[in-house]
Amino acid sequence: MAFPDRIERTVELAHPRGVVWAALTTAEGLAAWFGNEAAIDLRPGGAAWMKWGEEGFTAQMRVERVEEPAVFGFTWHIFGLPDDDPRRTYVEFTLEPAGAGTRLTVTESGFAQLPEDAHGKAYGGNSDGWVKELGELAAYLDAS
Amino acid sequence: MPAEAQAAAGPDIEAVAEQVFTALADPTRRAIVAALAAGGPATATDLAAGLPITRQAIAKHLALLAGAGLVRAEPGERRRVRYRLQSAPMQVAQQFLAALARDWDRSLGALAGHLDQTARGPTTPPRHQTRTAPNPRTP
Repeated sequence: MAFPDRIERTVELAHPRGVVWAALTTAEGLAAWFGNEAAIDLRPGGAAWMKWGEEGFTAQMRVERVEEPAVFGFTWHIFGLPDDDPRRTYVEFTLEPAGAGTRLTVTESGFAQLPEDAHGKAYGGNSDGWVKELGELAAYLDAS
Repeated sequence: MPAEAQAAAGPDIEAVAEQVFTALADPTRRAIVAALAAGGPATATDLAAGLPITRQAIAKHLALLAGAGLVRAEPGERRRVRYRLQSAPMQVAQQFLAALARDWDRSLGALAGHLDQTARGPTTPPRHQTRTAPNPRTP
């Protein structure tokens, strides 16, 4: 399938898992290589965010898996979709010992989620504009 | 959550994305879609007033866009049918682009560089000037 649902990369790092783990799971570590600023509540369900640049583009994450020092997983919003879109991709870091260092694998999956209303279920009727849009928002919120 | 993410992958998202890219490969259709995005629902006549093409040509493009699910004709008399942008197919295409734009190579390179720097000792690590988010929204 040409649509990439899953991205995977593996990199060999000349540092023990504990060091790599800290770089991935602490605010200080994340801010040193990933974001420019970061915060993280390191527990499943915990919130995390990273911020880039002066304009403050922020990625909101939710911690999903914390198995020190082997697996760290989080979900985040899919770039380009509306901020309130519930679809998220899942990012998982796997740390395996490799000699004195670490083999780090990152997978990100979920790019190919099909929106529930992708087909059909478009708007009909003739009263367009914000009234209808806001009605749909209310319906969506009621349903979720 | 990861299981859900996997389960939702289906064969027709690719078809949806392909229709979006095909539709947007044409500059006139891009202009029509951009006009609907900027100004909201409009008739072929409205669109012809703002674009350097005939109403007939616009009607043809609108029919193609409707076939691809990118616009929807609202009920109305023939010449007064208004077309409204449909965002769902765009969102599918955006997911495709987000996957392509996710730059883990760069991020993991930054991680390796950071770890090497830190291990090398107490020299001040260079302040990350060229770092970017793993998606294209960064400045």
